[in-house]
Amino acid sequence: MTERTPQPEEQEERSEPRDAAYWARYAETLKVSGVAEGATNINVEGRRAVGPMQGFGKMWQKTYRVRLGGVDVSPASVIQTWKENYKDFWPEGNIFYAPLAGITPGEVALISGSLPGGVKLSTGVMVLYADEESFTLMTPQGHPFSGWITFSSFEEDGATIAQAQVLMRANDPLYEVGLRMGGHKMEDEMWRETLRNLAAHFGSREPVETNLVCVDPKLQWRHYRNVWHNAGIRSALHMVTAPLRWRSARKR
Amino acid sequence: MPQAQVTMDVRRVSAKVSVVDVKGELTAFAEGVLMDAYGQASEGGVRGIVMNFEGLEYMNSSGIGLLVTLLIRVNRERQKLLIYGLSDHYQSIFQITRLDDAIAIHDSEEDAVKAASA
Repeated sequence: MTERTPQPEEQEERSEPRDAAYWARYAETLKVSGVAEGATNINVEGRRAVGPMQGFGKMWQKTYRVRLGGVDVSPASVIQTWKENYKDFWPEGNIFYAPLAGITPGEVALISGSLPGGVKLSTGVMVLYADEESFTLMTPQGHPFSGWITFSSFEEDGATIAQAQVLMRANDPLYEVGLRMGGHKMEDEMWRETLRNLAAHFGSREPVETNLVCVDPKLQWRHYRNVWHNAGIRSALHMVTAPLRWRSARKR
Repeated sequence: MPQAQVTMDVRRVSAKVSVVDVKGELTAFAEGVLMDAYGQASEGGVRGIVMNFEGLEYMNSSGIGLLVTLLIRVNRERQKLLIYGLSDHYQSIFQITRLDDAIAIHDSEEDAVKAASA
């Protein structure tokens, strides 16, 4: 028996992990590849993506799931549908501007949401991870929360389950107050509505189960300066100063 | 639910430090195995938990989420969590997810155990 030296391509092939294609590549800051009509890219470009360790508030793990009972659909089909129609399953009042390349690792999407007082919140998310049965979005600095949202589908007790799981902290002290004063409820309702819409797409009307766990009740005071990037404040300032920008544009 | 495709063997390397050898896949299904290993590794007042990822073959975003919840638990118990044996690929994932800000990553078991003992 003779030993053969592996060729460079074989070595490369062997050393490439199975999950390599599913993860976004590291980049210091976020870059938006195209801004759709109606979207505002004031709080995403050049920001860093942040996870639950970089936030300020209590850490929560929120799980929302719906059983697609009586529906013959595989987890992979659920995730494919979810990726392709992500924006359509969101409740009214929030707009998700899907990246041109779709929900694929490393792509950045812009979001337009609503804040109390009629302020339009401009923010976004990066696709951190995407495979056939799950995908994860990661938030940028200034987003109301710092963390990940993982959408997945799997089989359990003979039925297909669709699930959204958020691992998050409020990004700064103002958002923490906002979440405690009704923001958490609004967010919970948003994801429940999303799952109801997804289930309805497949013809299922089963209730959405919610499980909220406070993973860490401590506030991370060392991150209080995250408020500098607060997308709510910056969106409001952008809105208030719009007439000045129109005037200077007309002068030119 | 599918079975976890992972094993985590615990070694006590000193009075205060345990090493957990992770082999296989770190996904949501590994939660029970990870928490059992952590419980075993913490027995007897251990202050440092070192995770050896040389045998890590696959990890998804739920696997990263498990490490975050483990880290919170370790911090609550005033222990240290350290890692070694990450390939370049997994080091890059720790960077993207910004987990490298919160968990100390070392090049070798010797370095990690030394830091855990300090």
